[in-house]
Order: sequence, then structure tokens, then C-alpha cells
Amino acid sequence: MKRVFIVAGWMLVATVAAAPRIPGADAEILERLAFRRSDPAAQELRALRRAHLAAPGDAAAAARLARRYFELASAEGDPRYIGYAEAALRPWPGADAPTEVLLVRALLRQYRHAFPPALEDLARVIERDPANREAMFWRAALYLVGADYDRARAECARMEPVASRLTVLACKSAADSVTGGARAAYDALAALMAAEPPRDPEFRVWVVTRLGEMAQRSGDDARAERHFREALEGSKALGAADPFVLAAYADLLLDLGRAREVLELLRGRERSDILLVRLALAQAATGDAGAAASARALRDRFEDAARRGDRLHLQEESRCLLALQKDPKRALEAARENWKTQREPRDARVLMEAALAAGDAAAARDALDWMARTGYEEPRYRALAERLRGGAK
Amino acid sequence: MLVAGAARAHKPSDSYLSIAVDGARIEGQWDIALRDLEYAIGLDADGNGEITWGELRAKHDAIAAYALARLALRAGKPDCALKATGHLFDEHSDGGYAVLRFAADCGGDPGALEARYGLFFDLDPQHRGLARFTAGGATQTAIFSPERPTHRVELVAPSALATLLQYGREGVWHIWIGFDHVLFLLSLLLPAVLVLRRESGARSWASVGRARDAFWGVLKVVTAFTVAHSITLSAAALGWVSLPSRLVESVIAASVVLAALNNVRPLVGEGRWMVAFGFGLVHGFGFASVLADLGLPDEALLLALLGFNVGVELGQLAIVCVFLPVAYAVRETSIYRHWVLRGGSVAIAVLAALWFVERAFDVRIFG
Repeated sequence: MKRVFIVAGWMLVATVAAAPRIPGADAEILERLAFRRSDPAAQELRALRRAHLAAPGDAAAAARLARRYFELASAEGDPRYIGYAEAALRPWPGADAPTEVLLVRALLRQYRHAFPPALEDLARVIERDPANREAMFWRAALYLVGADYDRARAECARMEPVASRLTVLACKSAADSVTGGARAAYDALAALMAAEPPRDPEFRVWVVTRLGEMAQRSGDDARAERHFREALEGSKALGAADPFVLAAYADLLLDLGRAREVLELLRGRERSDILLVRLALAQAATGDAGAAASARALRDRFEDAARRGDRLHLQEESRCLLALQKDPKRALEAARENWKTQREPRDARVLMEAALAAGDAAAARDALDWMARTGYEEPRYRALAERLRGGAK
Repeated sequence: MLVAGAARAHKPSDSYLSIAVDGARIEGQWDIALRDLEYAIGLDADGNGEITWGELRAKHDAIAAYALARLALRAGKPDCALKATGHLFDEHSDGGYAVLRFAADCGGDPGALEARYGLFFDLDPQHRGLARFTAGGATQTAIFSPERPTHRVELVAPSALATLLQYGREGVWHIWIGFDHVLFLLSLLLPAVLVLRRESGARSWASVGRARDAFWGVLKVVTAFTVAHSITLSAAALGWVSLPSRLVESVIAASVVLAALNNVRPLVGEGRWMVAFGFGLVHGFGFASVLADLGLPDEALLLALLGFNVGVELGQLAIVCVFLPVAYAVRETSIYRHWVLRGGSVAIAVLAALWFVERAFDVRIFG
């Protein structure tokens, strides 16, 4: 009897705690910030912010501050920093902004999935500064997101005079590995990396991650796993595990049926939407106790985002709607909406899976066309496409 | 709803503002993220990366001053005076929020409220104010953004009668300006005062003998049309069925062509009411898109739908009541049979055919 009271009392408290309250003690901690005042990162940010506020018209100072915010947003998966960065660049809203502002603005725009405006800004940067390696690099990446492989390859070629051979080859390989040449691209890139190892550790992590992706595309899961683990170790050594690598490795583990390892891999990473998605999928697959709460949290986050008019993570939303909420129809709607802005391999996969589950093979036509056009090799994708074509009337 | 220790999300900055109006009493509650307040005015007094209740309490006046200076409510000329009435704490999916309760003095009973929101837009253009206004049991929501910093909220919910009349008026208006609908109906009604005769293999029109027969024929056609478009208008307005508008508009135009041509080359006589029903279903989707543009109020959805429907019927009825006596009176004349019935129908068919081309192939003929 006493146990029932305790449980009931706890539930009552828990429900009441959801409404506004007056905390009991002055010492109660209400919020943990990203930094302490004395943290070097916080000090650096303060200095940059002070420099910017002292001279709001100084484009270089504004761009430096905005870029720092962008780096934080990427590392933490925290979009609030993008808003702060945009505020710093506000004095230059047009196409005639200074080059350094345009470049950072492009990065901010692509973060928010505004790919065409980002490409416009990058085009202007490259026009003014044809040797701007970073702009070309990003432009190639954005062309890949849009499945514009010819332009991507052209951009990689344009980098040749100003970038290392490894950079150029990594760029080209990214395009080649999606268009039917995954094995050859992998071999070439791996060989060059062995011959000319990158000095920049961050760049090294990036190349190794690309190798992992290419191995996966050519159907070599074991090799892919080795590379993802290597990239993960590399990024941890630099400060923190890269969210993108975590997501890619988690996806591989999920495909290999090793969901339990995903639980361990992503422990404590629930703040980032894209990582919580993978964690929730793993929890659902293993019957973990936290599965229901994670699914609910994700549903709330997607609803919050829709409420404020931001549906940036449609790919993840589609996966959740399909695997967690068991709603193939809405998953398909999200996947189709997603395809309008991004067309990377996984976007095609999400569309195919949703269409298959919803029994609407015709809806996946864009993805099937993409498969045919590119000759994408990854075995799981081919199997999906076969099932869709087989069922099509 | 979070229990301590549960994961918090990363998301862009939002604040949650709810304003309740009860006569002259206006009360607000504004949930503002501690993280955002830290960025704007600083809360972490000892710089240890944690915000405690004590640190937050010390800043309550500053928070009230900062926030209320960036919110303006107006129900007339001078802005309403805003006064903080309480400070609490709550948690949302991305962390802790300061809950600011306030009262607004707008000097009397406001019929409408204009709200201007400017919190954090200078620091974070991605910040959004998610607002909810409650008055007389009805709730309206609004999102404040740098692009949309002002919203106007009607507080007095219109009475049921007012809603019916408002949407009824729209219904009448939209059938009168809906030339394609009117012409479809008229095409089916033109022969109502006549009767289809088969004489020596050829079909032709002759006068209807009794007014009652004309009236009965009109009633069948109009009723069939009305029932059909009411069904699909309601289904579409309630979101149960949805058809692509280009298809709908093209079929509507085609229906007018066919109905008009039927008067020139009679294929359907007594069965015109079935044509009215069948195509009426498609016409209903056309009305639904008009209604969607007008917007249906969430809290009086069915009432508005009913009002619109009734308005469309009354508008139709008015047209028929004007048309029928005149047509009956002149049914014998050759002007009616040749110029109006045949000539008019041909003209209608041509016009509708041009509409069809415009709508089906997405071109502009009528500038």
C-alpha cells in the first residue's frame, strides 16, 4: 500500500512540476550553460563579440565572430548559434556584401538548408576570389547535396591550382563514389592518403570519414566500420566526437543489426536531433526502456519545429514517422518534401523505404530515377529498388 | 514535460507568450529561455556556468524591464501599460525558462488587440515568439518573427449569427461571380421550359405544356446540383478529400462545354438532373478552393461552412427565380429557341472551351 502511495505521489509531483513553479532554494540549479566564464572558448567568444560590438561596421570582425558561432553550431549541433551569427552579419544583407561576409553567410545558409541562396553567395565569392579554396570546397559539397555531379566534379577540378592533390581527389571521389565508381574511388583515395598523408588532423578525420562512406557504398561494411571508428577516435582526440561521424557510424551499425552498440555509442548525445533519432531507432530495435520517451521527445521536437515554421530535418522526421510512429503515409509525405531540397543517397533511401511501406511505388519514382541515372552501387539500396520495381504495376 | 535528468533538445530560440483577455482584465505569461536571457543581459553572476534560482531572482526586475520594453499591446490609441506581477520558472524541451507574469491595463474592454513583439530579434533573427491569445473561450495563435513582428487579434468572437451571415454573404457573392458555375447551371436550365420531342427520328425541342412541369424540371436540376456540390464542398473544406485544382478547374470548364452543347445537340433530356449531379460534385471542389482562400475559423468551422453553403444556394435560387419566369414567358418565341437556346448555348460552349484550354494547358487567353 505504502509503495502505491509513493509511486502515485511521485507521479503527481512529476505532473505538477510541468507547470511553472517557484523553486524552493536559491542554490537550486535551473540551467547549465555551455561555458563557464573562465573557459578559453568563452573568453575567445567574448573578445570577438566585444570587437564586433565596438565596431559593428567592421566586416572582418563581424565575419570572424559569425564564423566562430558557425563552428560552435556545427560541433554541438546547436542551431541557436546560427541565429547569433546571422545577427552579426545583418549590416550586409545584399549581394554586394564584403567577400568574407558572403562566405560565412553561405555557410550559415547551408546550415539552415537554404541551398540555392548559399550557392549564390559562394558563386559571388568565387567570382571575386577565384583562388578561394574554401568556397569551392563548399560549393562542390552543396552540388553533391543537390545530386548535381557534373558541376561538383567541375568544382573539384577548379580547385586543382590551389589545393592539395588529396583535397582534389577526395572531392572528386565523393562524386565518383555515388555514380557507380565506389570501389575504384576508394582505392585511389586510400592509396593517395597513404602516399601523401594529410598534416591537418581535422582534414585527416574528414578524409577517413569519406573513405568509410565509400567503402560502405561499395558494399564493404567491415572496412567502412574500421574507417568510421578511426575517424571517431581522431575527432575525439581533437576535442569532441564529431556528430556527423557518430551519425554515419550509428547508421552502419543499425544496418548491421548491431543496435545495442548504438545505445552505447550515442549515450548522452540526446541534445542533437540527428543523434537522438539514431538513438531512438536503436532503442526501438532493442526494446530498450527509454524507447517510448525518446520517440515522444522526437515527435515533440518535430512538432515544435513545424509550429515555428522550420522543417529542416525532414529526412530524420521521415525515418521516425516510419520506424517509430509506424505512419508510412506521413513518412512518405515527409520524404517527398525532403527530396525537394536534398538528394543525397540517404534521402533517396528514405524515400524508397517510405514508398515501399506505404505501398505506393509510384511515389518513389524520383528515387528510382536517381538510382538508374547514377548507377549507385550500395547493395541495400539496389535491393530496395528491386523490391519497388518488382511491386510496381 | 520533463523530469530532472531527461535529455534536453537543441533547437532555435523560441519564447512562449500567452495572453488571456477577460473583459477589461488582460493577463499574460511569458516564458523566456534562460539561455537567451544570459546572452542578452547576463544571468550567471558568479560565472560558474550554472544559473541558480538565486542568480535569477536577483535579475527579476531587469528581466521584466527588458522583456516588457520589447512587447507593445494596444487596444486603441495609447499603448496598454504593462506591469510585471510574478516571476516563476519552468522547463521546456531545450532547457530552463524564466516565467514572467504580467498584467496589461488597456483602459477598458478591448474589442481587438494589436501586439507588437521585438524580443531578441536584434540579437537572433531566428528567434520566434510563439503566442496564444485566449478570449471568451476561443484561442488564437500567432508567431512573431522579424518579418512579422505585429499581429492583430480580434477578441470578441463573432456570434453564431454573425458568422453565418458573414460566410453566407461570401457564398452568395461567390456564386454570382462564379461565371463558370452560373453558366453550367443556366445551360442545364435553358431547356427547362421546353420539352425534348422525338419526331421521325430527329430530336427537337417543343414548349412544355404546363408551368408545373417546367418548375419540376428546374427543381430537379437545381436540387441535384446543390446536393452534389454541397457534398464535395464540405468534404474538401473539412480536409477529407483533396483534388488538384488544375484538374478541378479544367473539368468544370469541360462540364460547361458539354452542358451547353447538349442544348445544341440534345443527348440528354429528362436526365439533365443526373448531369447536374455528376458535374456538381466537381463544381463543389471549385467552391472549396474559394473557401480555403477565405479561410475558415477554427472555432466556428461547421457554422462557417454551413453559412457559405446556404449562401451559395440562396445565390443560385436568386438566379433561378429571375430566369425561370422570364424563360417560361418567352418559351414559345423563336428568339428564345434559336437565339437564346441555340445561339446562346454555342456562345457559352465557345467561352467555356477557351476556359478549358486556359486551365488545362496553363495558358492565358483572357488577359
